[in-house]
Amino acid sequence: MSYHERRALLSIISTIGITALYVAFMLPRYPVEVDAYAPEVFRYWGNFFLLLIPVTIVARIVLEILFVIVNTIFTREAVSDRTDERDKLIELKSTRNALWTFMPVFVLAVGSLSFDVQPSVVFALLIAAGVLSSLVSDVSDFFFYRRGY
Amino acid sequence: MAEPLISNNIRRLRFEHNEMTQKDLADRVGVTRQTIVAIENAKYFPSLELAFRIARVFNTGVEDVFTFSLDEQ
Repeated sequence: MSYHERRALLSIISTIGITALYVAFMLPRYPVEVDAYAPEVFRYWGNFFLLLIPVTIVARIVLEILFVIVNTIFTREAVSDRTDERDKLIELKSTRNALWTFMPVFVLAVGSLSFDVQPSVVFALLIAAGVLSSLVSDVSDFFFYRRGY
Repeated sequence: MAEPLISNNIRRLRFEHNEMTQKDLADRVGVTRQTIVAIENAKYFPSLELAFRIARVFNTGVEDVFTFSLDEQ
């Protein structure tokens, strides 16, 4: 398994792990005692999104550093940050797949507003769209590097 | 339509050039070793520019490195 494949696998695991831990941390803080359209609900989801971004960034940086250290110890191979035409092609294809995943879920989330769906469902769908597209991008990376391009 | 088949002689050419390693070739043409592995195994077909760069390393023409044929089946 190449460095890029291992990295894609780590990204898949970290996306699932970070999301699961973050949701487990935030879910008990949901304001259940108020109305579904109360300002507290919107404040909760605002906090949910605002916190998710730095938490994800920091967690990914820490995991990336640990991965590079462990990878170097076990493989004795210096990690190259060089990207060539194949890397760019794979990145483009993965991004395309991620966008195709994000778009329908995003449209579903926003479109569900016209069917009198609660705001929390819309925000949950938006988060699902982000997580799903990230997973699709990582799985695509893994698949394309495994296949060759 | 016939499927295009692109094969290459990179492994043989490396051997004939003092057993050049994949890493050496990758460094000389500016790609990663994994890309050279993928090209050698015909899993990835390089751009025209990269094909010319590889041919230049071996002091030969592109047609001596890569062979194009059409699978008529």
